[in-house]
Amino acid sequence: MHNVSKLVLSPAPHLRGNASISRDMYIVTLALLLPCAGAVYFFGLYVLLMLATGVLCAVLTEYVAKLMRRQPFLMDGSAIVTGILLVLVMPPRTPLWIIAVGSVFSIAIAKEAFGGLGHNIFNPALAGRAFVTLSFASALTRWIAPVSSFMADGVTAATPLGEGFVTTLNNGALYKALFLGNVAGSVGETSVLLILIGGAILLAFGLIKWHVPVFYIGTVFLLSWIMGQDPLFHILAGGLMLGAFFMATDYVTSPITTRGKIIFAVGAGILVVVIRVLGTMPEGVCYSILLMNAVTPLIDRYVRPKPYGYIPTTRKEA
Amino acid sequence: MNMHVLEVLGLRHRTGVHPPARKSARSKAIEHMPLASKVILPLQQHIGACAKAAVKRGDEVKVGQVIAESDGFVSAPIHATISGTVKQITTITSPVTGQPVPAIIIESDGKDEWIELAPADPENLSNEQILTRIQNAGIVGMGGATFPTHVKLKPPPQKHIHTLIVNGAECEPYITADDRLMLEEADRIIAGLKIVMQVLSVTRAHIAIEDNKPQAIERMRKALAQLSPPERITVVAVAARYPMGAEKTLVKSILHAEVPEGGLPMDVGALVQNVATLAAIYDAVTLGKPLVERVVTVAGMVSEPKNLIARFGTAASSLIELCGEPDTSIDQMIFGGPMMGIAQPSYDSPIIKGTNCVLLNRSDFRDEHSCIRCGRCIDSCPMGLMPLMFVNCVKKGEYETLPNYHIANCVECGACAYNCPANIPLVSYIKTGKTELQKRGVK
Ligand code: SF4
Ligand code: SF4
Repeated sequence: MHNVSKLVLSPAPHLRGNASISRDMYIVTLALLLPCAGAVYFFGLYVLLMLATGVLCAVLTEYVAKLMRRQPFLMDGSAIVTGILLVLVMPPRTPLWIIAVGSVFSIAIAKEAFGGLGHNIFNPALAGRAFVTLSFASALTRWIAPVSSFMADGVTAATPLGEGFVTTLNNGALYKALFLGNVAGSVGETSVLLILIGGAILLAFGLIKWHVPVFYIGTVFLLSWIMGQDPLFHILAGGLMLGAFFMATDYVTSPITTRGKIIFAVGAGILVVVIRVLGTMPEGVCYSILLMNAVTPLIDRYVRPKPYGYIPTTRKEA
Repeated sequence: MNMHVLEVLGLRHRTGVHPPARKSARSKAIEHMPLASKVILPLQQHIGACAKAAVKRGDEVKVGQVIAESDGFVSAPIHATISGTVKQITTITSPVTGQPVPAIIIESDGKDEWIELAPADPENLSNEQILTRIQNAGIVGMGGATFPTHVKLKPPPQKHIHTLIVNGAECEPYITADDRLMLEEADRIIAGLKIVMQVLSVTRAHIAIEDNKPQAIERMRKALAQLSPPERITVVAVAARYPMGAEKTLVKSILHAEVPEGGLPMDVGALVQNVATLAAIYDAVTLGKPLVERVVTVAGMVSEPKNLIARFGTAASSLIELCGEPDTSIDQMIFGGPMMGIAQPSYDSPIIKGTNCVLLNRSDFRDEHSCIRCGRCIDSCPMGLMPLMFVNCVKKGEYETLPNYHIANCVECGACAYNCPANIPLVSYIKTGKTELQKRGVK
């Protein structure tokens, strides 16, 4: 027969699905396009510059890091996602150099220094955000209200969770503004609606499990309600939605089992309320997720699926 | 709450994966292929000891004549599958292990002369006699596991078996051999089933067929309806989810019970038999006919996929020649399905008792990346394992940790690797881990 010499020997399975890391990452990028577009709409074209800076620096840093570590550079899209997420959690008028610093930190320190994709403990985008917050605190407090025109510069305004936030809106109108995105805040966190659509895309492609956002947001809602706060306000304001759908769901830095993910989500939810209500910082999403990232290895150690036909060890003596 | 609601809510997740069915030979009736002019019969076609040649070069043999035997209970004899002359006793590469294995080559005299068969009525036979006939016929599990059937049918006396599960799931893509057998030979299968029920004295049997084979389901139901007196045998349509046909998965979906870790289905009172094995049992017990042939699906990148009855020892190339034009980009031949089958080194590899499919395809090599901890392998694993941890431990050489993750429970179905976005060959790591543990004597 033909090809006699060329039969390829390879281990089973010989048939594989269409899952790939880059496919996952491009779907996430697609889901993030809506919050990005919303950000440009609300805060002007400057956001595009921020996104370009964030993504470019992330990809370049990864390229250099791989070169230095003598590993192949794979355009798997994960650096793009990190770059976009980092911009989305920044204030709208952040100087581009700060974005660049954050982006380099995210990839070089938070990701590659730990061993690259799959080995990092902390969510790279949030680690980058935390790093620049600690380093350049004063440059990052200039929040602006959304602008109606693409070009105009915004008017400085307080974020809903900040100290100086006063509103003349009644509750209904405030919720509506928060839901649609008509409030000051980080680039990508203002419009709950756009984030929900992006989250729905992730769910539809089976990339994330519903448990994480539902338990995370649910915990914040219940706990803030119990503590006498306005629960609706707490789940709509700030970065909770973005964090719940796009960051607490990060594969690498959250537990691998579904039960572990639920523990992670509930823990993060509790931390958000504690930080917001009892702490000095107005916003708790970033730190709640980073703290839970640190606990993830512990959760994974103890929360394991029950193997088929499992015999509890106590009954095993015989 | 109803299971389905729980699944939709994700509170109870369904394991397994959904590879495309690609059952292109589904509508092709089973055909007898022309007899081969030469057969190569490896002396190890089943799990257990290797058989010893009972013939020598130059001997004349008839179809069904024992040409190799091994002692020990877990063994089955090997028969000549064509009549002719023993040409050579040599060594070939085993189509199962890839290791050298002794083999007998017979050249055909073109007459297809059989040994004398001794038919019998199973109802007049004792259990011992039935089991002996099954053993003498060389029957092994034909779903791929190739465990000697007479051994399986003689469970230790302390195990009470109440249910027989007939495996007609055929969950691997491409393969249609069992599907066609159920459509065309339902009565033979049921006759074999009744013999097994008699031997085990069970009164209850379920025939499990994946719900993507509605015709086979209907055909088997019809055949059962004609039984008189009626038997407590039902056809169960099981979800088409790979690996439904794995014994433990079947037991779970039919009896809603899990086989205890390290145990066998008999520990929950069940015994699983493949449909093709049942048909072979009927042939052996009632007709006195040894196992010399089987239905083999030829599929993949050939223009005319077929279901052929091939004598054991026939070279795969002879089957392929009957199936139209093979695609020129084929570079891989697999015995078995694409999920668990074994890539063959040459088109000369002989069909053996466990070969249900000859699959021709283009190999799909993908670069392996680091695990991104997506958890898909966990969700897919029918055995409730954490496959990524096996990779972790094997990479670090921490073999002693593997049992903590219940590696022995793994059935090597490949569901985990099928869905891994990092293209990690999880099953290869698992096999390495198991081998290393064995070397260290850890159980
Ligand atoms: S499916 Fe692959 S990438 Fe995902 S957790 Fe398992 S081994 Fe890791
Ligand atoms: S770990 Fe074993 S049993 Fe589980 S999916 Fe992978 S191969 Fe199948």
